[in-house]
Amino acid sequence: MPRPKKVFMMRDIGRYQQGFLNLPNDNMAKTIIVATLLCLVCSIVVSTSATLLKPAQVANKLLDKKKNILMVSGISAESGEQSVDELFQRIETKVVDMSSGQYTEEVDAATFDQRRAANDPQYRVDLDKSQDIAQIGGRSKFASVYLVRDGDRVTKYILPVKGYGLWSTLYGFIALESDASTVSGITFYEHKETPGLGGEIENPRWQQVWIGKQLLDDQGRLALQVVKGEVTEVTPQAENKIDGLAGATLTSNGVSNLISFWMGDNGFGPYLERIRSAAPQPVSISSDYSNRG
Amino acid sequence: MASEAKKALLEPLFVNNPIALQILGICSALAVTTQLSVALIMCLALTAVTAFSNLSISLIRNHIPSSIRIIVQMTIIASLVIVVDQVLKAYAYQTSKVLAVFVGLIITNCIVMGRAEAYAMKNPPWPSFLDGIGNGLGYSLILIIVATIRELFGSGTLLGYTILAPVSQGGWYQPNGLMLLAPSAFIIIGLTIWAIRAYYPEQVEEPDFELQDAHQTPVQGGVH
Repeated sequence: MPRPKKVFMMRDIGRYQQGFLNLPNDNMAKTIIVATLLCLVCSIVVSTSATLLKPAQVANKLLDKKKNILMVSGISAESGEQSVDELFQRIETKVVDMSSGQYTEEVDAATFDQRRAANDPQYRVDLDKSQDIAQIGGRSKFASVYLVRDGDRVTKYILPVKGYGLWSTLYGFIALESDASTVSGITFYEHKETPGLGGEIENPRWQQVWIGKQLLDDQGRLALQVVKGEVTEVTPQAENKIDGLAGATLTSNGVSNLISFWMGDNGFGPYLERIRSAAPQPVSISSDYSNRG
Repeated sequence: MASEAKKALLEPLFVNNPIALQILGICSALAVTTQLSVALIMCLALTAVTAFSNLSISLIRNHIPSSIRIIVQMTIIASLVIVVDQVLKAYAYQTSKVLAVFVGLIITNCIVMGRAEAYAMKNPPWPSFLDGIGNGLGYSLILIIVATIRELFGSGTLLGYTILAPVSQGGWYQPNGLMLLAPSAFIIIGLTIWAIRAYYPEQVEEPDFELQDAHQTPVQGGVH
């Protein structure tokens, strides 16, 4: 019985090629045709909207990134009505070769996309397990850095960081003072952590805690960590400790790890080392820090 | 016909409110109502999705094979939600970051599916479209009420503008932290339902079962 039924169906389609709409709704052929057409129409609608809106979305992401860089640099707080792009002119973008710590001219700093480069075989450096503290698999051999200048002197170094939290990769920026050890700000601009728990890494109040903390301990080793429990002035080595987020241990660990990685030897370590050793800081503020580092 | 359209549009506001009477879409009503501006964007998104999913499902309602009708509805709704999400990312980036996963979750919002199945499958496109807008507005009404109360008493602001100056900024108002947590939305929605049902007593449901007289504390004149 199944065989003749199939033959009938094929003829059926032939006869109603123009008007399959007249078929009864429960007909197998009609079901398949309706499903196919529906999927086709829906996919066209979805892909068209995605393609048409892409430029606006990319622009938004870029603007958001710039806003975050400005926020962490402290520039946006001090100036009033200027637009993000105007303010961003005050920040100098450079590209650093991660292994040597030297600035490189090999790529154009203005257009270099570090996140894309991390997946581009030309630039990607794979990390093995022992190196990959932040669980990112690999990184670009070049990295963008953002400098805030006061005349000739660089007053702030803003470095991109990323690392795995609980559910997702966290993307952010950390700003360091001219001694390359004092944190002057941190921000996260993209993550998919739980709102209210891990998502609190976005909370300005928590980000405030970071300001003034030291990357290095008295012996000059990288020591900054997010810890459990309150950090007060009497906590030993309080300047290297950040009060972790309640209910978000794994996200806090992720933040700790990404700091250890990006500020360490496989991250910006060589670059930061070069800044620290370059010409004894001429300005009085930095002499306060010199006996710490 | 005009009265039909009016009915489709206005009935879901009070008489047949999707949240207050049908108790649908509660999950997002808790999640996105800590700030009024976010709630407004969510209302727009949901109204657009409900209206256009009703419209498109109603357009092809006579040719949807009943065996795959739920999948057909889901596909249409999911596509619309993706489009809305893309539009938000392009034109309201900051809000889309706050809404995050909840825009995507419109797909699972029972209001959208419920209206598609209960109304759009049986009615012509135009009334279905209006029904979608009406139900979107009914949802919006409750969300706006909840969000206004929560933002005003939780942070002392409305749409980001300070109304009650909080103590932390040198004002006099001590913000009520409970209002920023999900349970407060339950309480406010509950009170809203009570208010609506006090006005429309016919909405009050029959109790599932009644206490026997023997178990009741004797009250003069009885409870009823």
